[in-house]
Amino acid sequence: MSRARADEEEYWHSSKFRAFTFDDEDDELSQLKESKRAVNSLRDIVDDDDDDDDLERVSWSGEPVGRRNRLPSFQSLSNALSDTGVKNYAPELRRPKAEYKDYSSDWSPKDTVKRMQRGKVCSLERFRSLQDKLVLLDEAVAGHDGNVITAVLIFLKRTLRREILFRELEVRQVALCHLIHFLKETGEQKLLLDLLRFLDRTEEVALSQYREHLNIQDVEKRREFLKGCIGLPFSAEDTSHIQDHYTLLERQIIIEANDRHLETAGQSEIFRKYPRKASILNMPLVTTLFYSCFYHYTEAEGTFSSPTNLKKTFKIPDKQYVLTALAARAKLRAWDDVDALLTTKNWLGYTKKKAPIGFHRVVEILQRNNAPVQVLQEYVRLVEDVETRLNLATKYKCHDVVIETYRDLKDRIQLTAYKCKVERGSAEEQNINSILNNTQIRWKN
Amino acid sequence: MAAHLSSGRVNLTALREAGRRELRQFLDKCAGSKAIVWDEYLTGPFGLIAQYSLLKEHEVEKMVTLKPGRLPQADVKNVIFFVRPKLELMDIITDNVLREDRGRSPQRDFHILFVPRRSLLCEQWLKEQGVLGSFIHREQYSLDLIPVDGDLLSMESESAFKHVANMMIRMKREFPGSQNSIFPVFDTLLLLDRNVDLLTPLATQLTYEGLIDEIYGIQNTYVKLPPEKFAPKKQGEGGKDLPTEPKKLQLNSAEELYAEIRDKNFNAVGSVLSKKAKIISAAFEERHHAKTVGEIKQFVSQLPHMQAARSSLANHTSIAELIKDITTSEDFFDNLTVEQEFMSGIDTDKANNYIEDCIAQKHPLIKILRLVCLQSVCNSGLKQKVLDHYKREILQTYGYEHILTLNNLEKAGLLKLQTSGRNNYPTIRKTLRLWMDDVNEQNPNDISYVYSGYAPLSVRLAQLLARPGWRSIEEVLKMLPGPHFEERQQLPTGLQKKRQHGENRVTLVFFLGGVTYAEIAALRFLSQMEDGGTEYVIATTKLINGTSWIKSLMEKLEPAPF
Repeated sequence: MSRARADEEEYWHSSKFRAFTFDDEDDELSQLKESKRAVNSLRDIVDDDDDDDDLERVSWSGEPVGRRNRLPSFQSLSNALSDTGVKNYAPELRRPKAEYKDYSSDWSPKDTVKRMQRGKVCSLERFRSLQDKLVLLDEAVAGHDGNVITAVLIFLKRTLRREILFRELEVRQVALCHLIHFLKETGEQKLLLDLLRFLDRTEEVALSQYREHLNIQDVEKRREFLKGCIGLPFSAEDTSHIQDHYTLLERQIIIEANDRHLETAGQSEIFRKYPRKASILNMPLVTTLFYSCFYHYTEAEGTFSSPTNLKKTFKIPDKQYVLTALAARAKLRAWDDVDALLTTKNWLGYTKKKAPIGFHRVVEILQRNNAPVQVLQEYVRLVEDVETRLNLATKYKCHDVVIETYRDLKDRIQLTAYKCKVERGSAEEQNINSILNNTQIRWKN
Repeated sequence: MAAHLSSGRVNLTALREAGRRELRQFLDKCAGSKAIVWDEYLTGPFGLIAQYSLLKEHEVEKMVTLKPGRLPQADVKNVIFFVRPKLELMDIITDNVLREDRGRSPQRDFHILFVPRRSLLCEQWLKEQGVLGSFIHREQYSLDLIPVDGDLLSMESESAFKHVANMMIRMKREFPGSQNSIFPVFDTLLLLDRNVDLLTPLATQLTYEGLIDEIYGIQNTYVKLPPEKFAPKKQGEGGKDLPTEPKKLQLNSAEELYAEIRDKNFNAVGSVLSKKAKIISAAFEERHHAKTVGEIKQFVSQLPHMQAARSSLANHTSIAELIKDITTSEDFFDNLTVEQEFMSGIDTDKANNYIEDCIAQKHPLIKILRLVCLQSVCNSGLKQKVLDHYKREILQTYGYEHILTLNNLEKAGLLKLQTSGRNNYPTIRKTLRLWMDDVNEQNPNDISYVYSGYAPLSVRLAQLLARPGWRSIEEVLKMLPGPHFEERQQLPTGLQKKRQHGENRVTLVFFLGGVTYAEIAALRFLSQMEDGGTEYVIATTKLINGTSWIKSLMEKLEPAPF
């Protein structure tokens, strides 16, 4: 180390500097004030970006620093990390001399990494050759400190050609992870996508782009954006989902515009009776179907808002469709519609009740919507499993069904016991009595 | 106050003391009156190290939460930001600093304390905004491992599910010669990456503490509970409104009763509580038997302890009631049944009716995800048809944007295609005895009691490592994800622990990626097994449950606030 440099250090660390206070008391507070003043005065010289270019800034070792250019942030980030940084202009006065002693430019990659791990800013400029840079990177990775790895990557990003950087990272998974994470954090979407494309992680590219749609509030713009996503290299299954997403939003926009018009016009009964609480935009498919079954049930397949159109377009399975339509019609207390949903005509013209979801679920939904007992009863009767049927019938006071079931089970004891659950003198009581008195029945108990 | 930290085999109070010392040193460096601006996330973990009284002793006069806008006026000499090294927080700090009235007098000095470490990225970010120079002291507070209880350390780190093995290895290397000479105290260090056992966090925990966490969420040993059951039943206070603020309780081993029941299967808690009730009643009855002055004096001296015990009993009886309401519900039962079917290997290869019903009824998405991931893990991945079916139903019911969520789960290995064409899980399950039919919840003889039948894979591995060693399960280990290695570190003789004859070995199990309370309970069970031979201390990057774990993997699907 040159004599001059040693003298400089002496200057910064000497007690002469420290004792320079305006106050008489040599207390901690005024020392702090003083050091702050020193820092501030230095700051004025160093950090002012509007200064003219004549001012040359040098580090302790005499190397010129501070490429002052207006490049995007990652550039200056790496600049700062490759030069000796602010720290050396605002020395902490109590820092032991030893720390500045061996500030040389001859540190090996290993030593450089070690120093960086301890939080000391180091110049990485001297690592000029590709070989040196890669050794530095590998040392950083071996050191397991994320901060250091990222700092080195920033340096490499600035000083290496993109293809070379990508190629080298392809075989260094840990470093690659860190760079990807860094690019995501700083929002460098373009570089991130380029990197992913290079790595042939095309699906990730596609998903990464698709993710951006969440930042688009305007519905039309979002629709456009989604349309653009369709051609991206998603997996086969995901492609169809993205396609559906776009189609759904497209439909929702049309429905929303139409329905808002209907609402304000005030002519439509359903919208008057049940004003909408929220817009249908960006809602999931099943919610949209519910909405459609609620407000547009009777529409023909040709319209965008009809349930059957939705079912066809999105290939909604029967089970899901019946369930949703059921819930919507039950909410409107449209019991006839419920009935029609669950009735199928076979080829002989006979109708039969069928539920692709199990009648106990039907009963559940109806009950939740306060269906009258007569309606409920009909479907409780159709529950296949006897125990479930009895449970539900008893729970919801579907007396006829209970009575019928006990009769079919030939269970006299239970039937008799059930008498106390029905009203005195009611038709149900009479029914029970007549069954109990029926000599044809061969009771099992 | 630190009773719960010294209760274990290794005295973790020393660790907390070191933490406090470091904090005091930093506060003193910023001499004069101070205000602390808190990153909210840190207040919980810090509370485990120091209380406000310590801060007050070092001239902290005011504490506020970090948020954009102007800082409150407080007349202090220093403003210190306690923050994690996150860019979005740097933006808020910048806003605070720029809005500071430079004309005011006296001027306030700014400092930053990065927790747990500084970040070049953040500091450069601040420099970009032109405020870096405003800070006089910029330091880091290495709040790495926080002692949570006598045998439990946690990093409470958000980025939990990343490969942190590297960090651990680095820490291990740095220890010889550092202040915290904790490591020579352990005979064995076992690093378990969460990836090795993705199954356990997905299952619903059935220990008392596990259920509290599953249902209400325990944060830094505190839980917030619905207040209705905790309203004081005082006479003469007729007409008083029920409290609306949630009841906050601290849960750690300093509370005798809690230490006794926390790790028990919930079904065994009731009998402990009723026994306790009888004992406490009897103790209070003693006052009638006290005749001599000496006896009365003795009774009175024990009163505070008895009152504390009674209050503790009342609290836990209320909590147990709250939990019971949930565990006796039909939905809980149905959910648990399906979980146990999967874990015992039944019907893991086809779409499950209960899951489909739940989707159809639009149950919370996380519940669905836990179940389908559990099925996937117990089947070594799902067949294409089944996976597509679930995905489709989820996307149609909860929204297409969840393609991103499902992709994250796939990347994490939780919900994926069965690529190898064969299911390894039955072999793993049988060899490691993961499913025990004859589980005894009241008086357990095996770790499987924590899930009423399923033995946590991670803990089973620890158990087998101690005895007879992993050599015996080499084939099965190969089926588990991730590389395996045993590293033997020779400690310098001076640091080697001198073990007394008959003393147990001490093993530190470090869970990388999170650990559940049920697993902790299982390890504690092993520790107190009579012929076990090993005692366990547990460390982790974060305490998790299935819900918080999946949440951390889910995409943040709300748009960024701008």
